[in-house]
Amino acid sequence: MSKTLFDKIWDSHVVKPVEGGMEVLYIDRHFIHEVTSPQAFDGLRQRNIPVFRTKNTVATADHNVPTQNQHLPIADPLGRFQVEKLTENCNEFGVDLYGLGHRWQGIVHVIGPELGITQPGMTIVCGDSHTSTHGAFGTIAFGIGTSQVEQVLASQCLLLKRPKRMRITVDGELAEGVVSKDIILYIISKLSAAGGTGYFVEYAGSAIRSLSMEARMTICNMSIEMGARGGLIAPDETTFEYVRGREFAPQGAAFEAAVAKWRELYSDPDAVFDKEYHYRAEDIAPMITYGTNPGMGIPVDEAIPTAPTPGDSLASFEKSLGYMGFAAGENLLGKPIHHVFIGSCTNSRIEDLRLAAKFVQGKQKAPHVSAMIVPGSKQVEAQAKAEGLDKIFIAAGFEFREPGCSACLGMNEDKVPAGEYCVSTSNRNFEGRQGPGARTILASPLTAVASAVEGKIVDVRSLLN
Amino acid sequence: MEKFTHIISTAVPLPMEDVDTDQIIPARFLKATTREGFGDNLFRDWRYHPDGSPKADFVLNNPTYSGKILVAGKNFGCGSSREHAAWSLTDYGFKVVVSSFFADIFRGNALNNGLLPVQVSPAFLDEMFKAIENDPQVKFIVSLEHQTIAIAGTEREEQFDIDPFRKVCMINGYDDIDYLLSLKDEIEQFEKKNLTENTAPVANASIS
Ligand code: SF4
Repeated sequence: MSKTLFDKIWDSHVVKPVEGGMEVLYIDRHFIHEVTSPQAFDGLRQRNIPVFRTKNTVATADHNVPTQNQHLPIADPLGRFQVEKLTENCNEFGVDLYGLGHRWQGIVHVIGPELGITQPGMTIVCGDSHTSTHGAFGTIAFGIGTSQVEQVLASQCLLLKRPKRMRITVDGELAEGVVSKDIILYIISKLSAAGGTGYFVEYAGSAIRSLSMEARMTICNMSIEMGARGGLIAPDETTFEYVRGREFAPQGAAFEAAVAKWRELYSDPDAVFDKEYHYRAEDIAPMITYGTNPGMGIPVDEAIPTAPTPGDSLASFEKSLGYMGFAAGENLLGKPIHHVFIGSCTNSRIEDLRLAAKFVQGKQKAPHVSAMIVPGSKQVEAQAKAEGLDKIFIAAGFEFREPGCSACLGMNEDKVPAGEYCVSTSNRNFEGRQGPGARTILASPLTAVASAVEGKIVDVRSLLN
Repeated sequence: MEKFTHIISTAVPLPMEDVDTDQIIPARFLKATTREGFGDNLFRDWRYHPDGSPKADFVLNNPTYSGKILVAGKNFGCGSSREHAAWSLTDYGFKVVVSSFFADIFRGNALNNGLLPVQVSPAFLDEMFKAIENDPQVKFIVSLEHQTIAIAGTEREEQFDIDPFRKVCMINGYDDIDYLLSLKDEIEQFEKKNLTENTAPVANASIS
């Protein structure tokens, strides 16, 4: 029988079906971090049980870490305690930790792929909703709550109901100045912030196939922003070449054998999806968001809708615009901004930094804008420095920080002040996400960096030669 | 986990859509390493001014409304997977959240913490909001056993869905871990049979 890629991977991980339609799913890789794991470790202690498979578990500290002076003790006592707790728990339970000071430390969804821990065909979970990022490799990867973190630590399994399958096909070629972040913001604006709820998405089509692994990760990363459990892309030569030679990837003959198996990871031609959508890459412009959920996106050169788009009520629409200080029907081009944040697991990889650096080279940020680059990992940071990107950013007036989640969620001191606008490459424009009262405008790294230089929202296409 | 069979209670109305978990509990309050105490910061930025004084117009600060049931608009619990959202709702005292649509991860987190997500039709949700508006003291009867939610003193009642396995767990106060731990032998057999080179556990990398 023909199967979707999702079902092929899922089926090969079912330990046992359970009465009532749930299934016990085996988890190949479990990433943990300081914020959603302490209560799970406490649970193990209370039950007096060990971590079932320590070697399938990898830890890092990212959400709560400072992005300056990481060599010093963390100043915030609560944050320090949480990070120390992670170290204690990993020591006690025998879990590998790439914490602060380690050359592999970084945002959990950046380090998994770059270390080759993420590989096609796997099931991967983490107590963080953007675990969907790893789907770019053809994995079933999704975020879980802390009780489930405890379940996976205890048994390497989860009790789940199989989601429905959706396929989103994007064919064609992207215009200059349009990048993968724009594709996903475009899709979410079409489907709404809840349009994918209950589904696992496969992204397909020539526009997706032509993307690099890092660009694919940006797409899969934001699957959760349309409510989907996760998103995946069938692995291909681009995927295999990316994985080849990485620290935890199979090496030599074992790698070739793995690739032979990975080549079977695709949706059969006549596989049936519960829902399908088709888009044309040519229709996609640089995107920005104007509201307080990621579904509220528009092409940068178009006006804010005058009425709520399907999926939002008038009350939510008005509340959103009130929070953002925008008017229905307003065109945001030329709107002055205060901050630019280039970072987060969506857009903090080396290609994002290269793209931004290339644009900014020889230019200056606008004087009234504060602009911050936060690399996704120590390895990205080191690579950027090796290529001299840090110097380009600093010369242009940007700050070049140390890795962490930073202003993506405003848990550490990297916050956007109330009422101020931040063009951000992160994934959530929720009220207060970047700090109480902060106003977030989501965009691609290219749009973000161009907005930093111009000091206002710009259509980057008008600035490219 | 506490057992849950049924509840009769007044309800707190929150007629907003897309209430995300960053609103339920903002990230800056996620630094605790236990499950307790999150209720104080439930809906923090809607509930309090930056100086810590309560915002009079937010429903949790309005003594007219109280109860163990929160009634909210569509797509409740979207966004971050933080289970702290469920903990802050239960810590505050809610046992049931009613909405016409729940985000997936939130629904699972709620069920794992004895907080019952009751998904009703948009029409019934509307009726509930109206009933509370007419009489803030109106009670709702939620029966997990019968999978029904009713507006007390009226004929109005609706069935809701819940996974049969989850239902048994909630009624008996079991959690998934008890069940998964009982499968240890089967999980090990699965590993023996299925783990291949590429899914084998990662090697222990040297820390440098
Ligand atoms: S960068 Fe943002 S979205 Fe990504 S893991 Fe960190 S907090 Fe979550």
